[in-house]
Amino acid sequence: MSTLEIRDLQVAVEDKEILRGVNLTVKSGETHAIMGPNGSGKSTLAYAVAGHPKYTITGGQVLLDGVDLLELSVDERARAGLFLAMQYPVEVPGVSVSNFLRSAVTSVRGEAPKLREFAKDLKAGMDALSIDASFAQRNLNEGFSGGEKKRHEILQLELLKPKIAVLDETDSGLDVDALRVVSEGINRFRASGETGVLLITHYTRILRYVKPDHVHVFAGGRIVEEGGPELADKLEAEGYEQYTKASA
Amino acid sequence: MGLNEKPLSTLHEKASYDLADFEVPTGREEAWRFTPLSRLKGLHNGKAQVSGQVITQAFTPAGVSAEWVGRDDARVGKAYVPADRISAQAYNGFEKALVVTVPKEAVPDGHIGIELRGGGTDGVTYGHIVINVEPMAEAVVVIEHQGSAVYADNVEFVVGDGATLKVVSLQEWDDDAVHVSHHHAQLGKDATFRSFVATLGGDLVRLSPSVSYTAPGGDADLAGVYFVDAGQHLEHRLLVDHSQPHCRSNVDYRGALQGQDAHAVWIGDVIIRVEAEGTDTYELNRNLILTDGARADSVPNLEILTGEVAGAGHASASGRLDDEHIFYLQARGIPFDEARRLVIRGFLGQLIERIEIEEIRERVLGAVEAELAR
Repeated sequence: MSTLEIRDLQVAVEDKEILRGVNLTVKSGETHAIMGPNGSGKSTLAYAVAGHPKYTITGGQVLLDGVDLLELSVDERARAGLFLAMQYPVEVPGVSVSNFLRSAVTSVRGEAPKLREFAKDLKAGMDALSIDASFAQRNLNEGFSGGEKKRHEILQLELLKPKIAVLDETDSGLDVDALRVVSEGINRFRASGETGVLLITHYTRILRYVKPDHVHVFAGGRIVEEGGPELADKLEAEGYEQYTKASA
Repeated sequence: MGLNEKPLSTLHEKASYDLADFEVPTGREEAWRFTPLSRLKGLHNGKAQVSGQVITQAFTPAGVSAEWVGRDDARVGKAYVPADRISAQAYNGFEKALVVTVPKEAVPDGHIGIELRGGGTDGVTYGHIVINVEPMAEAVVVIEHQGSAVYADNVEFVVGDGATLKVVSLQEWDDDAVHVSHHHAQLGKDATFRSFVATLGGDLVRLSPSVSYTAPGGDADLAGVYFVDAGQHLEHRLLVDHSQPHCRSNVDYRGALQGQDAHAVWIGDVIIRVEAEGTDTYELNRNLILTDGARADSVPNLEILTGEVAGAGHASASGRLDDEHIFYLQARGIPFDEARRLVIRGFLGQLIERIEIEEIRERVLGAVEAELAR
């Protein structure tokens, strides 16, 4: 049982205030969707929680099972059980996918996985996400299509088995087939009931595949409305306009 | 032998076997302005005592000959004419030249090894090596430099019509070594040349790989990696002279620098002459500056004298590690030091992967790892 607790989080980028007091609690077994218009600060929330150096925390706390993540380095946060699936995974030349994944798994588990076991897990994970076997030898994210990048993020999610996963617009740029494959991966990850998911999205489409328990509307750097899955349907019908007006 | 004037561009001023044709450099010349002359231990001014501290050994597979010959041997100095003071000094200073011959159409089993081992920095040593790959033959040469020395040499690669030569040159000198070297490849019709340079050791290394073509169809790839530590000066000066139509060249040099006064210099000159129509060339240099106090000078020069090229370009970039790369790896739990190591290893490894001999490839990767662990 794990809990991610975001308390009154305030974040700035180069002296510009982006997040203005975000409060949100995600527990194992729960899936929370954060929805909001572009520029509302949804991605800032994801990157600030993960510890990207571009973002300055100006107030608040982020606790994972009582440990303040904001006191930890980026890699320590990941090892504590936080995972961020990125919207734009960066290309890293010369670092192969298999080498990267082995390093990541070794770091998170605290010991190197047995080579045969790892190869088996990797193959199973790739098969489940319809990722071609040749992928493992390619350079990290280099020349990957948008869909391949997102599948690869979910592959990492399944291999690293974090306590809490933050998925930043994992659905953007995916065609329906890829969306289905990626959603199935997220659902496998949630199936144990021991993990929490914070799903950040602009569109309701992915919520038809990954059913949220809670929906939060993000606007102007804070949560402006909360509800159950029905709130997503309302957004689908009415759009974000009322919220953008209110926060402007 | 008088001054051998070529109708040259501004890049390359003269070529001569005669030492008297070259002034002692002062450091103000374009060709010498980056090199700390005071650390050359007399290589440039002829004042150093010749001591013969460098032992050169050749290991050849069956069918390949290696011989030591005098300077009057017709094969010596045929492909390359010294282009600067130290090169001329070396040319006039060596006692015996090593000539390796891969006969016509031969494809030897295994590579040719040339090992140079320095025994100290008292006095200087001059050397000369000729690698002759006759038409349609294929050969791989590994040149290794180790130990401690003050050494200057000229290496001629003569790649015959339709022949292929792959060379790996490792500069793994001790910390006090000084090495100034010219590696010149002369490509015949449809000849293929692959050069891989790894410079890791030495106090001062100045290596000048150059390529010329005697007929159309020549194809040259010049790759290099260097890792510069505190106080080291590692300089690579490339020159590809496209004087024949329909030849190709590609230059890709990458380096990492760390520590106070780590200094890398990369000069990439490419000339495409009027007659070299259909030339395809690209040159690239990238430097990763890992700490404060390190400096990379990177100067690509592309001089195009014809309007009919197939492709010509160059790029140079020197910068710090990319924060986004490090963030991505760290976000997957990989600690900073290891993330940094993975990224740097990846950056240099992309080139190192080109080395075909596994043993050598692993050795260069291992040497880079050792540098990163410092």
